[in-house]
Amino acid sequence: MGPKTTKLLRLLLLAAAILLPFVSNNYWLDVATLALFYVVLGQGLNIVVGFAGLLDLGYAAFFAVGAYTTGILMTVYGWSFWLTLPVAALLAAGFGVVIGAPTLRLRSDYLAIVTLGFGEIIRILAINLSITGSASGIYGIPRPAIGGYPFSSQKDFYFLMLIIACLVIAAVSRLGRSRIGRAWAYIREDEDAAEAMGIDRVRMKLLAYSIGAIIGSLAGCVFAVKMSAIAPLSFSFMQSIMILLAVVLGGLGSISGVALGAVLVIALPEMLRSAEEWRYLIFGAALILMMIYRPQGLWPAGQEQAADEREAAGDGAKSVPM
Amino acid sequence: MAILSVQNLTLRFGGVVAVSNLSFAVEAGTIASVIGPNGAGKTSVFNMITGFYQPSEGRIRLGDDDLVGRKPSEITRLGLARTFQNLRLFPNLSVLDNVKSGMHSRTRQGVWGAIFRTGRQRQEERLITETAEACIRFVGIEEYAGRAAKALPYGAQRKLEIARALATQPKVLLLDEPAAGLNYEEKEQLIRLIGEIRDSLGITVLIIEHDMGLIKRISDKVTVLDYGRKIAEGKPDEVLRDPRVIEAYLGREEA
Amino acid sequence: MNTLVQTLIDGLVIGAFYSLIALGYTMVFGIIKLLNFAHGDLYMLGAFIGYSLLSLVTGNGEGAAGLLGIAVVLLLTMTVVGVIGMGIERIAYRPLLLAPRLSILITAIGVSLILENGSMAIWGAQYQVYPLQLPQTGWSFGGAQLTYTQVAIIAISVLLMAGLQLFVRHSIYGKAMRAIALDQTASSLMGIDVHRVIALTFFIGAALAAGAGVMAGAYYGTINFMMGFIIGLKAFTAAVLGGIGNLPGAMVGGLLLGLIETAGTLVLGGSWKDVVAFSILIVILVCKPTGILGEKVTERM
Repeated sequence: MGPKTTKLLRLLLLAAAILLPFVSNNYWLDVATLALFYVVLGQGLNIVVGFAGLLDLGYAAFFAVGAYTTGILMTVYGWSFWLTLPVAALLAAGFGVVIGAPTLRLRSDYLAIVTLGFGEIIRILAINLSITGSASGIYGIPRPAIGGYPFSSQKDFYFLMLIIACLVIAAVSRLGRSRIGRAWAYIREDEDAAEAMGIDRVRMKLLAYSIGAIIGSLAGCVFAVKMSAIAPLSFSFMQSIMILLAVVLGGLGSISGVALGAVLVIALPEMLRSAEEWRYLIFGAALILMMIYRPQGLWPAGQEQAADEREAAGDGAKSVPM
Repeated sequence: MAILSVQNLTLRFGGVVAVSNLSFAVEAGTIASVIGPNGAGKTSVFNMITGFYQPSEGRIRLGDDDLVGRKPSEITRLGLARTFQNLRLFPNLSVLDNVKSGMHSRTRQGVWGAIFRTGRQRQEERLITETAEACIRFVGIEEYAGRAAKALPYGAQRKLEIARALATQPKVLLLDEPAAGLNYEEKEQLIRLIGEIRDSLGITVLIIEHDMGLIKRISDKVTVLDYGRKIAEGKPDEVLRDPRVIEAYLGREEA
Repeated sequence: MNTLVQTLIDGLVIGAFYSLIALGYTMVFGIIKLLNFAHGDLYMLGAFIGYSLLSLVTGNGEGAAGLLGIAVVLLLTMTVVGVIGMGIERIAYRPLLLAPRLSILITAIGVSLILENGSMAIWGAQYQVYPLQLPQTGWSFGGAQLTYTQVAIIAISVLLMAGLQLFVRHSIYGKAMRAIALDQTASSLMGIDVHRVIALTFFIGAALAAGAGVMAGAYYGTINFMMGFIIGLKAFTAAVLGGIGNLPGAMVGGLLLGLIETAGTLVLGGSWKDVVAFSILIVILVCKPTGILGEKVTERM
């Protein structure tokens, strides 16, 4: 895929995404909004798994932290939606550090199982605590508003999510191509060598884990006001696995790939309604087959990067022929 | 003046003493070597100096800084860079990206800078690229700059590892068997390269090596280890004539 | 006092299950450094295959299985699941042994999904009642109950663990396992059939988990396709508690976790049981990541 085709393809996709609400019925618009949530969650997890190479199996926990923070602050304390965002981000980063700091010093696969346990703890807490509304969750979460314009229709939330998804994509892709993003790649490739090059691996891993946590929690905040009711069921282990599948399917570390993966993970089951019972079985098989036969994913990071670099060179960025 | 000094260094793994009460110093602006038969504890010494192993006893100083107890990344930041005996490159990344890693500890740009592409961030990125390119040119592998590290010929990979270490802008460079696996011509290039590192960059070099010919030609001073102990030290010619050294390498006659 | 004794007894039984599963975790980790996420699901699979076999023997629980029948079912189930374990290694893990560690971890998640949802497709999503009536009688000391069943479970577990310990200590395969754990390349150069030994490790690990699964099914009375998920996590906790890669450590860790958890449930209430176990995991990782009996794990340079 050449750089021009990639750019064109992205523009076309964006145009299609903007036009979608005007041609789609509410049902498919809802599916598309959900897909956008997965795009955002997928990008967040992509930082952790794709960039830094750390397996996080409890990512839905951060989604839950965001959703419950917004839900509780808005319903119990009457906060404005926008004010709950920084609180949720801080909380998520805090949890990320508490879970990550002890674990990331150890073998990186310990993180996988600790995050799995963490995901379960958050879910069990949500079911058992009264402030989170126990098993029935929190309902009656008010709609947010901007300057007197309340978000209420399907379309409003679709566009809100579309904007957020674009911003997150831009931020994550810039991060990936910065000094920080390179440091993550070095750690992923060879931890000891990265450390020898002056990169503090624990600190950089913790940074990846916390930024992923913040993105997940912000998606959770919007999820809470969009659904207006949240329950522990939405934050199960399977949710974490679906997000992971989106990342793996699309391509670890690939921004476009993860977006594609997120759309596939949501859209395919909708199209294969008849195979509902087989859904997770198929997902499991997909994970194994991808890892064995196409570990780089459907839209690999390498291709994307090559295209971006040529594009950057064309933008007048300094490129010295050596 | 000694820029790097090791005092009474001891490393024990369980009951095994890998390095025993070792002391030596490296003068600034020189090329020093540590030699010894296989298993003499050379790489263990390197790993302690660079923070990958914690010494059981002893002190390590770089200039005015005490290195014991610090993380490897911190030690690199203080001005000590290393290569590995069995190449440890970032295999799937390009040569340029490999070398850029060295600049990590010399730059500061964080998350905000990256997301908002601030002016300072772009300036720093340019500096990183320029430094990395200069290091690549210095070791002479510019023809491979855009390729993935794993796609390079072996000799070029060795040079890439040196370029990457130079990009950290070290005061002292530690080379762990840099000539291993190189052919005659590549060894000659390496000898010239190490000389230039000392002479035109002014970086002090400490080498672990098996290849006596190479050691003889470039070292200002040689320290010989056997079973974790220092058995000889001095100018290469003298040391290599020392009967204890010959014995350590060739074995005792009665054995 | 009697609650304390009861806690001890119940904790020992649960601990025995944890130990048996933790052994498989620790063996596989020791030999190929893989956290086999699907391991807990082999326990579940054991429970279900044992369920089907027992249904055949007893005619859906109407007849009595008899001690011999139960023993045959237990051994048969362990063998079948052991073979499935080997199959999983062959199909899903072996192609990735040299790939980045992340790939094989993700694959393990895939295997877990397939085992869980495959079992659901075969046996259904609802709880199944185990077709076996075990005696509820036993001894009682001042209010605390120790049933024959509990004694039998503990006895079988001890037997299995002792057998494993003997096997690993004294057989040529055991030596090969320890050799591969130390250095895979060197072992293969010394003429050890590395793949065969790894396959055997998976067989033993899976068989032990399946044994625990059958016993747990009989003990608790109901089984479900998700029963392996949480217990897999806890068995991992047990393995870490004892020192991952260390066989006696897994046994001690399992028993200890069973006791702590039962005691924690007594104090905090049943809904906090899992939180107690995971908190232990995190505390251990912070304070003593090598576990109680573990040796130092330094990644080789």
